[in-house]
Amino acid sequence: MDMAAATAPGSSLVMHAAVGTEGLPAKISIRNLEFFYGESRALKGLNLSLYANKTTAFIGPSGCGKSTLLRVLNRMYDLYPGQRATGEVLFDGENLLAPGQDINLLRARIGMVFQKPTPFPMTIYENIAFGIRLYEKISRADLDARVESSLRRAALWEEVKDKLNASGLSLSGGQQQRLCIARTVAVKPEVILFDEPCSALDPISTAKIEELIDEMKKDYTIVIVTHNMQQAARVSDFTAFMYLGDLIEFDATATLFTTPKDKRTQAYITGRFG
Amino acid sequence: MASFASNPLYARRRRSDVVSKVLAYSATAFGLGWLVLILGVLLYNGLGGLTLDVFTHDTPPPGSDGGLLNAIVGSLIMTILAVIIGTPVGVLAGTYMAEYGRHDKLSSVVRFINDILLSAPSIVVGLFVYQIVVAPMGHFSGYAGAVSLAVLVIPVVVRTTEDMLMLVPDTMREAAASIGLPRAHMIVRIAYRAARAGIVTGILLAIARVSGETAPLLFTALNNQFFSVNMNAPMPSLPVVIFQFALSPYEEWQRLAWTGALLITVTVLALSILARSLTAARK
Repeated sequence: MDMAAATAPGSSLVMHAAVGTEGLPAKISIRNLEFFYGESRALKGLNLSLYANKTTAFIGPSGCGKSTLLRVLNRMYDLYPGQRATGEVLFDGENLLAPGQDINLLRARIGMVFQKPTPFPMTIYENIAFGIRLYEKISRADLDARVESSLRRAALWEEVKDKLNASGLSLSGGQQQRLCIARTVAVKPEVILFDEPCSALDPISTAKIEELIDEMKKDYTIVIVTHNMQQAARVSDFTAFMYLGDLIEFDATATLFTTPKDKRTQAYITGRFG
Repeated sequence: MASFASNPLYARRRRSDVVSKVLAYSATAFGLGWLVLILGVLLYNGLGGLTLDVFTHDTPPPGSDGGLLNAIVGSLIMTILAVIIGTPVGVLAGTYMAEYGRHDKLSSVVRFINDILLSAPSIVVGLFVYQIVVAPMGHFSGYAGAVSLAVLVIPVVVRTTEDMLMLVPDTMREAAASIGLPRAHMIVRIAYRAARAGIVTGILLAIARVSGETAPLLFTALNNQFFSVNMNAPMPSLPVVIFQFALSPYEEWQRLAWTGALLITVTVLALSILARSLTAARK
């Protein structure tokens, strides 16, 4: 089955997995997606499905468009003038790129964790409670419970339960990143986008975050951009290899890393360029 | 090692290092020397007159003793009103430039004009406010004085607010957006919070800037030898009293002028140190 190629004749480069995708519900379907920074075309007509409750990794050399693609999925590019996307990104069948989308509501449903930890300049408790209060009227007791469950979710509760009123900035880098994950899950998103979440962290913190990601896919659809191929192999169910704004290959991670179909994929995963 | 030290190239570098070090130290000493001299003269001449009377009595007629109470109160009232007028305008304009209009042409135009305003001679500001406030009202007033000081407060606050908001990393804005925070909320609840110390510093520096201004007040608030909190009437201020008393032939007045000058200097110094420590605490 080659769903993407069927809807987009121009993308013969895309090779879908022969096994593993049948019957999987797509949480997000990307159709003919093009992206422009001013005049320059950064994504050249992508077709791709992100399956519900699976982790999909985007890999590829710097400048291949993997972060750009991620930032289309929650329309983060809207913050910057001169950036635009064409095509369709269907989120539960609804086109995210259509005009009139409530972008703030959308972003509450599609959370994002960034490369560098970005705790807000407030207490640990407030970092989490802040997002919850934005969209829900909720009693103090319920709020406390939500903060606790979010921090537990991010495997941070035990480390911070006695200093919830300390500044979020007082935590270590790895803890800050888990705080950001807790903040993201606190608003109950359906999809979580990770943009190189471990590139600023030490190996132990990285292992913790990877464990979390693995556990979180039970409840969320996860997309992760990474420069680290071992990480992609460890945490993801599906991998998309991108190169110069094209999607070169998309397959089940095990298949893509063992028997890549495209020469460029093979060259990249064996470390010959990138 | 010995051969290295006797290398002529190395010896020459050492000589030029010593020469530039001496030049740098002398230039620093020259600059700081004037500051020390000014502070020393102020302390020498002003400290003697610094009694409780200065804070409890109004400016005296020639030939009798008195204080600076009316001038201090007038200065305080006009400065506070100037900050109340100037801070919101300055913070909002700085917010526009750093948050909304970062890529707009209007922003660069505003920034350019603001920089001119920042270095505009304050006497020009005084004349301007004379034209638009004093002339239509028909008399000098505390309001006019406060407006002229506000015109001086605005560019300082605009500049520091913009600079401090620009220091807030974009990743913070993106993180706020990523949980669905609308932009206005992001600015008020995240960006302002992150830049708070810097913005407050800008306001303190603006107060320091206006508290020594004489020229704009001469054309607007004028002076008043009596105690007055009526902002619709001429109002005394420390700088104008110093200006008037220092040029007078009366010894009591001259002594009060020295004391007033010391008060202003100490206030400005304290504000600057406070502003510095606020920015330092942020790092």
